[in-house]
Amino acid sequence: MAVTLTARAADHIQRYIEKRGKGIGLRLGVRTTGCSGMAYKIEFADGPQEGDVQFESNGVRVLVDPKSLAYLDGTELDFVREGLNEGFKFLNPNEKDRCGCGESFNV
Amino acid sequence: MSLLQISEPGESPEPHQRRLAVGIDLGTTHSLVATVRSSSAEALPDREGRVLLPSVVRYLPDGGVHVGEDAKARAGDDPANTIVSVKRFMGRGVADVAKFGALPYRFVDAPGMVGIETAAGLRSPVQVSAEILRTLRERAEQTLGGELFGAVVTVPAYFDDSQRQATKDAAKLAGLNVLRLLNEPTAAAIAYGLDNASQGTFAIFDLGGGTFDLSILKLTRGVFEVLSTSGDSALGGDDFDQAIAVHWRVHHGLADASGKDTRRLLVAARQVKEALSTQEEAGADVTLSWGQQMHLKLKRAEFEHITAALVQKTLGPTRKALRDAGLGVADVDGVVLVGGATRMPHLQRAVEKCFGRAPLKDLDPDRVVAIGAAIQANALAGNRSADDDWLLLDVTPLSLGLETMGGLVERVIPRNSTIPVARAQEFTTFKDGQSAMAIHVVQGERELVSDCRSLARFELRGIPPMVAGAARIAVTFQVDADGLLSVSAQEKTTGVLASVVVKPSYGLTDDEVARMLREGFDHAQADRDARLLAEQRVEAAAMLSALRAAIDSDGDLLTEEERGSLEARAASLERAAQGTDPRAVKSAVEAVNRASESFAARRMDRTIARALSGRHIGEVPTS
Repeated sequence: MAVTLTARAADHIQRYIEKRGKGIGLRLGVRTTGCSGMAYKIEFADGPQEGDVQFESNGVRVLVDPKSLAYLDGTELDFVREGLNEGFKFLNPNEKDRCGCGESFNV
Repeated sequence: MSLLQISEPGESPEPHQRRLAVGIDLGTTHSLVATVRSSSAEALPDREGRVLLPSVVRYLPDGGVHVGEDAKARAGDDPANTIVSVKRFMGRGVADVAKFGALPYRFVDAPGMVGIETAAGLRSPVQVSAEILRTLRERAEQTLGGELFGAVVTVPAYFDDSQRQATKDAAKLAGLNVLRLLNEPTAAAIAYGLDNASQGTFAIFDLGGGTFDLSILKLTRGVFEVLSTSGDSALGGDDFDQAIAVHWRVHHGLADASGKDTRRLLVAARQVKEALSTQEEAGADVTLSWGQQMHLKLKRAEFEHITAALVQKTLGPTRKALRDAGLGVADVDGVVLVGGATRMPHLQRAVEKCFGRAPLKDLDPDRVVAIGAAIQANALAGNRSADDDWLLLDVTPLSLGLETMGGLVERVIPRNSTIPVARAQEFTTFKDGQSAMAIHVVQGERELVSDCRSLARFELRGIPPMVAGAARIAVTFQVDADGLLSVSAQEKTTGVLASVVVKPSYGLTDDEVARMLREGFDHAQADRDARLLAEQRVEAAAMLSALRAAIDSDGDLLTEEERGSLEARAASLERAAQGTDPRAVKSAVEAVNRASESFAARRMDRTIARALSGRHIGEVPTS
């Protein structure tokens, strides 16, 4: 079971945390909502929560709650630029389809 | 598809619920847009990686519009259709614009604000500004991958109502939902997180391309108050380029260079000036129109020497702003540098020396205003956590009030009131049976209406006939969070209502605002005398009108002699009221008052007698 970050993603996360001035890493998760049933959660982590599974990827600590991990296992988080827009993108092998916006998905 | 940003813990937005909000610095020489992403505020670059958009708009004969670098590049050969620094014309009339000296534009006198005749037709400064804002909105939407929820747009602290309204209109025209207009110095303070302190006094030193503004801000419990503003609307980084170009002309025998060569020298001067902020010596290659190639050089020490006077010029307004605020340099808790020209090391040293403390300069001075606006936009869009009790307020730059009898100003909302604010005041009628009341809304610090700026006039009609002073008319002034004013008047017994949203017809120049503030202090004594005189005149007019009404209805109670004496005193009161000595008016009023005392007593007796006649003694109330 693992969740990983691309080097680009890790690089950006580290810079954001530095600018923010606090945080131990990144929390990834899923929740049930949205037009396709599930939505990704990507937040700064100020501390671990009970039951968290922790990974280290490219020097950044990633925290995932066990429930979410079932949907996220094998996911790689990338940071991409599309035209002027830039941001994070989940590359999730569990994902079957997603809504056009990319903010929610189905497994 | 949309790309994801990192949220604060527990604040991941619902899908499609992300509220994209931006801050826009709509500047005189350049404009830019910033936003908060993954908890950090950053300015957004265009496809070429440029963050600053020159505030230049060029209109083409086919109706096309160029904004930014493309327009700026053609300013030289199509000056009449290339609008540069349109911010100066926002909310201004033809008379104001004439003060800027010779400009290459075909101005048209339009109601309220000048129009500019271009190859694409008549354009107002609001439309020109909207083109700049639209370009930034499109950049932001492409960058953020969605429609914007709203924007905070910054304006100079000294912008008056009409200039603010014009800015808001431009934003609306550009398809932006304006969350709030924010004062530029306040935005700079927010960018540095100065609003996180509980209190403090800050100086915002803003030297842009062509203007210099110094604002003293006071923060108390989350409220920024503009204590004073000062500056020089004709001093900026461009003057430093000029100084270098002049230096080269003198030392390289280029005195005859003109037209295109002047432009080329200035471009080279600018490059050298910017390089000198980090290097001890810099140079630039220039090819002159007669084919001559030159390498023009300058040492930092030379640059500092030839521009020392310009640096000194910023210190006068700085001291003045402190003086106006009644503060000394020791009272200032922080100095913030804004504007690209504040990168110059000798300027920074001068500011440090003046305030006796190192100025804040970690943030890019070109971006600091937009970044502060973005932080506020993010908060106003509801993207900040609920427990973060973050409410930033602004204040009214000038007092707002209305005209009362005698051309006097009754202040309803004093300057530096925190906004949004609503204040109501009760007024009454001046004449018996008065059925309408004219409401004249004014802005300024002086006592007389003629010395203040007229914002709007409207009438409340349908007041039922009553004796003078019996009607109760509540006038409510409301200033929204953007500093825009609406005024309503309501007669309380009947509920008749009239209101106006102030869309001022004519702008004040910043010099005028500064002058109005200054005159408010300078003329305090003269104003008090003028108010005294005006008050006495009102008193005299009321007295004369009451006396005439009394003589008309009860003149038979007077002997010929008494009547003659009263009328003589009334005539001398009338004469005194024409004069300028308030004491003379006052004593004439008193003389009439004394002379009519016994007449008044007789009228009173008659009124009581009338009221009692024909009634049984038991019907008369005995309390």
